[in-house]
Amino acid sequence: MKQKKRWYDYLWIFSLTYLILGFFNILFAWLGLLCFFIPLLISIIKGNKAYCNKYCGRGQLFSLIGGRFGLSRKKEIPKWIKSKYFRYGFLIFFLTMFMLMLWNTYLVAAGAKNLSQTIKLLWTFKVPWRWAYHGSFIPDAAVQFAYGFYSIMLTSTILGFITMILFKPRSWCVYCPMGTMTQLICKAKNVTSSRKK
Amino acid sequence: MTKRKAIISKKECVACGCCIKVCPREAISIPYGINAEVNYNLCVGCGKCSKECPASVIRLEVMNYETEKKMV
Repeated sequence: MKQKKRWYDYLWIFSLTYLILGFFNILFAWLGLLCFFIPLLISIIKGNKAYCNKYCGRGQLFSLIGGRFGLSRKKEIPKWIKSKYFRYGFLIFFLTMFMLMLWNTYLVAAGAKNLSQTIKLLWTFKVPWRWAYHGSFIPDAAVQFAYGFYSIMLTSTILGFITMILFKPRSWCVYCPMGTMTQLICKAKNVTSSRKK
Repeated sequence: MTKRKAIISKKECVACGCCIKVCPREAISIPYGINAEVNYNLCVGCGKCSKECPASVIRLEVMNYETEKKMV
């Protein structure tokens, strides 16, 4: 029995397009904020993880490439990756790096730093990315944010891709900081209802 | 009755919802965004969710007094 496809089953196209657009014009990176705020708002307002469960395009992309196209060993993920320590630790690390990126944006806004047209992969490797921006009326800080945000998105996609190949297709979901964060919000929000059970 | 059913380790579940998508019986839901739950009236123990689960926290077990105690 095959399940009926719904409109949101095609959101992987959005995720893929997002990654491609970043190669052409870095300003599209701002769209990535949607993948940041929508899951947070859903969990805060509705108290569930509908974003992960239904709408996450990245998860769909991984299950398509790893599942349908078979680019995955489909092995069990190591215990330490799914441990609370690693998941919460990775969330804290991720948020710290996010703050650092905001700080960099601020430095450019304040004029203390020049716009750096590079993408930082895996928080370590600086990759020149000049071709994706040729100047515009937009303030340098906003462009710097785009570079920083796209770095985060590309880095997490690479990590997700590696674990997709090594373990099960959607292994990224196990340690995805957004998933961990929204689950925490849901836990906090539903303390009373889960106590009843 | 020695039917096998999907048993979810709720503490380890990351609530990603991969299981919901593959379940042919729509027997799984994540009502509060904390962990997945199986409707045992619908579950036929096909094992699709267990295979799909990226955290590998779903097992197929024969339902008996012991497993039911663990589920609470």
